[in-house]
Amino acid sequence: MLNIEHLSVEYYRRGKTIPAVRDVSLTLAPGETLGLVGESGSGKSTLALAILRLIAPNEGRITCGKIIFGESNLLCLKDSAMRQIRGRDISMIFQDPFTALNPVMRVRDQMAEVLEAHGIRPPVAADVGSDPLVNSLRQVQLDPERVLEAYPHLLSGGQRQRVLIAMSLLTRPKLLLADEPTTALDVLVQKDILDLLFRLQRELGMAMLFISHNLGLVANYTQRIAVMKEGRLVEEGETQTLFRQPRDSYTKELIEALPAMTRGIR
Amino acid sequence: MITLYFERFRRNRLAIAGMAVIIFLAFLAIFAARIAPHDPIIQNLTQRLSPPSARHWLGTDDLGRDVLSRLIFGTRVSLSVGFVAVGISLIIGTTLGLIAGFFGKWIDTIIMRLVDVMLSIPTLFLILAVLAFLGPNIYNVMAIIGLTAWPGLARLVRGECLSVRERDYIQAARLAGISNFRILWVHIFPNVIAPVLVSATLGVGGAVLTESALSFLGLGVQPPMPSWGNILSIGRDYLHIAWWLSLFPACAILITVLSFNLLGEGLRDVLDPRS
Repeated sequence: MLNIEHLSVEYYRRGKTIPAVRDVSLTLAPGETLGLVGESGSGKSTLALAILRLIAPNEGRITCGKIIFGESNLLCLKDSAMRQIRGRDISMIFQDPFTALNPVMRVRDQMAEVLEAHGIRPPVAADVGSDPLVNSLRQVQLDPERVLEAYPHLLSGGQRQRVLIAMSLLTRPKLLLADEPTTALDVLVQKDILDLLFRLQRELGMAMLFISHNLGLVANYTQRIAVMKEGRLVEEGETQTLFRQPRDSYTKELIEALPAMTRGIR
Repeated sequence: MITLYFERFRRNRLAIAGMAVIIFLAFLAIFAARIAPHDPIIQNLTQRLSPPSARHWLGTDDLGRDVLSRLIFGTRVSLSVGFVAVGISLIIGTTLGLIAGFFGKWIDTIIMRLVDVMLSIPTLFLILAVLAFLGPNIYNVMAIIGLTAWPGLARLVRGECLSVRERDYIQAARLAGISNFRILWVHIFPNVIAPVLVSATLGVGGAVLTESALSFLGLGVQPPMPSWGNILSIGRDYLHIAWWLSLFPACAILITVLSFNLLGEGLRDVLDPRS
């Protein structure tokens, strides 16, 4: 479903260009979860932004490669067509739920806006049972009556991340990009959110690119793992195989760096 | 959040005092015809330059008109010029600032160089020249003050817009497929309102002052229509024999500008996220 071929991205810094992603090829089948692991600066977030073509034109550019999604190469689409794919077919969850919601808008308005942007009219309040906003908040185990009318600052970090997950699922995307969705949260909340996210992913049959710097965490939830270092894809394979027989020395280092307890789980 | 701001505002005594005076002035302006004890325009030459008395609380001017009544009607002129001029500069400044900050690149360059040019022109002389050319009346005064006051605001809004633009929720909105226009007005604009509100409040005081200066110089509101500036201008000719003709309009200008400044400063403290 998603086919990235020989993708390279560079950033501009003080008149020089710095490669952020170098010749990366990846595939993702419908409904599959791929864990993308690497240290900060390894290009994993850039890869996600590149898929959505959200790299700011004054900061960097995609130099070569193809991103085939479904039938079309995303890099060749017009802006208006790309806007329709963003948020509808491909959604993304950000790292920091504290900054990803607009502080001056009610949750209801922010969620409704996503639907409106894709021409889906939310029904007027009367018919609660079929209100997609209510349903998707229930899916993430939030109380719709309380949350819909709230401003973001009234919600806890975990609640906000749940709202963001509910928002990203509103349009029933085929692919979800999760960029370290729990890094900013407390450890106990992290597990709840991850369990919820992966349960919903299975139920809805979405493909998911799960980005994290935490190999142990990724290994617990994904079938396949790709490891990035300095913009390159150094290794990719089934989670089990990768753990038993890592081929790349960097992957070995990562596995050995895991605390013994976590290693035991797999 | 709103209740928090309200609570902070309530504790700021000076800002409350400023707002109370402004509300009082607005009340005077709206109901001037009912409140004023005398007609502000009809002359009574037998009562020329009479000092403050029970009949004329603030005395009369060189044509026997009641100064208090003229000041009350002058409130109308001052406040309407203040609000309309700031309204015009708000619309222009906010729109250009948002566009410059959001789209960046050459659009930003063009708008900001225009701002630099505008800021380098001595505004009062430009206003004087334009009014001398177009003819002095209250509508021209409103328009020209509004059309020269926006560059500072545009620069302010652009700066705020640059910082808001980089926040995650703007990226998230882009990613949800929301159009640039909507992101600009629905997501960025409400987040830059606070400093704009402060600057606009201070701007009203400035516009009131400019109007008075223009009327004083004879290029603003024309007699017999009363304005604080033109009353003051007449008072200058009689300064040695009729102090009341200069003192009271000067106090009116001082109190009004001071009130707007106090309110503006108060709003700045209230809306400042660091306090």
